[in-house]
Amino acid sequence: MEGMTFIVKTTTKLLIGIIFLFGIYITFYGHLTPGGGFAGGIMLACGMILMTLAFGKRMSLGKLSDFYASLLDNLGAFTFWTIAMLGYIGGYFFMNFIEKSNPFGLLSSGTILTINIAIGVKVFASVFAVFMALTIFGRFVSGLISEDED
Amino acid sequence: MLFLFYTLLIFCIIGSIIAIEARNILASVISAGVVGMALSILFLFLGAPDIAITQVVVEIIVLIVLIRSTVSLDNTAITKHRDTFAILSSLIFFGLFLVFAFMAFQGLPTFGEPIMSVGRQYLENSVNQTGASNVVMGILMDYRAYDTLGEATVIFTAILGAFVVLRAKGKKKKEESDKIRVGIPEKEDLPMSLDQIETSSDSTS
Repeated sequence: MEGMTFIVKTTTKLLIGIIFLFGIYITFYGHLTPGGGFAGGIMLACGMILMTLAFGKRMSLGKLSDFYASLLDNLGAFTFWTIAMLGYIGGYFFMNFIEKSNPFGLLSSGTILTINIAIGVKVFASVFAVFMALTIFGRFVSGLISEDED
Repeated sequence: MLFLFYTLLIFCIIGSIIAIEARNILASVISAGVVGMALSILFLFLGAPDIAITQVVVEIIVLIVLIRSTVSLDNTAITKHRDTFAILSSLIFFGLFLVFAFMAFQGLPTFGEPIMSVGRQYLENSVNQTGASNVVMGILMDYRAYDTLGEATVIFTAILGAFVVLRAKGKKKKEESDKIRVGIPEKEDLPMSLDQIETSSDSTS
C-alpha cells in the first residue's frame, strides 16, 4: 500500500480541506489581515505536500502533475508582470489602476488583491514543484542508475 | 516583556549551536526547525504578525523538505578534528565583527522608537492612498511593488534552475547518448594518420 498508515490517511482526509480553505483565506484577505500571497501560497503547497506524504506520489501527481505545476508557476509570474504593465494605462508602472472603495472591504484595495492572488498561485505551484523535484525526481534518478547496474 | 525576548534569543542561540554541533543530521535539521519556531514567536511578540506567519509556514516547509531529502542519504559523521588555524582565524574575525557591530549599533535609534519620517508617512497615509487596511501589504504591494517583483523573479529563476538540474529524464535518448564515448578512445576510433589515408586512397585508385 502506497503512503502512510490508515490513521494518517483519515486525519489527512479530515484536515486537507481546512488547510486549503485557510490558505485561500490568507491569500484573499492579505490586504485586510496579516498574511498575504506568499504565506497563503506556501500553506496551499503544504496541503499538497501533506497529501503527497500521506497518500503517495501517484495521487498528488494525479491532482497536479509537475508539468501543470510549472505551467501555473509561469502563469502566476506572467499575471504579476501583466498587472504591473497594465499600470501604464493610467500613467506609470505598478499604478493602482482599479478603483478603490471604502476600507475594510474585500475589493477595497485595487490591484493589491490581484497581485496577492497571482503571487499565491505562483508560490503554491513553485514550492510544490520544487518539493517534487527534490524528493521524487531524485528517487527516479537513483532507480534508473540501479536499473543500469543490473 | 524584555525577559521573554532575552529568553527566546538565548533559546535561539542554543538551538543553533546544537544544530551545528550535532553528529546526527536529523537531529541538526530538527533543532534548526526549533530555532525558526522560536524566531517566529519572537516576531509575534514584537508586533509583526505578517512576518510571524510567513516564518512559521516557511519553517515547516523547509523542515519537511530537508527531512524528506536528507534522511535517505547516507549519514556519515565527521570524525576528523578541526584545524587549529581555522578555529583561530574564525575566532579573530568573530571578535572583529563583534567590535564593529557594537560600534555600529551605538548609532541606531532606541528600540521601538523609529525616527524615520518615511515610516510615519506610510503609517498616516497608507489607508487612504492604497485602500489596504493592512499597512504591511499596502507597502509591499503598492509602494514597494518593485521589491516584490524582484522577489517573485528570484523565486521563478530558482525553481527553473531546480527543475533543470534535478529533472529525471535527459533530452537525449539512452541509445543516442551511448554512442558518444567518453575517455580514452579505442585504436580503431582514432582518426587515421596522413600516410594511412594516402595508402588507402592509393589502393582504392
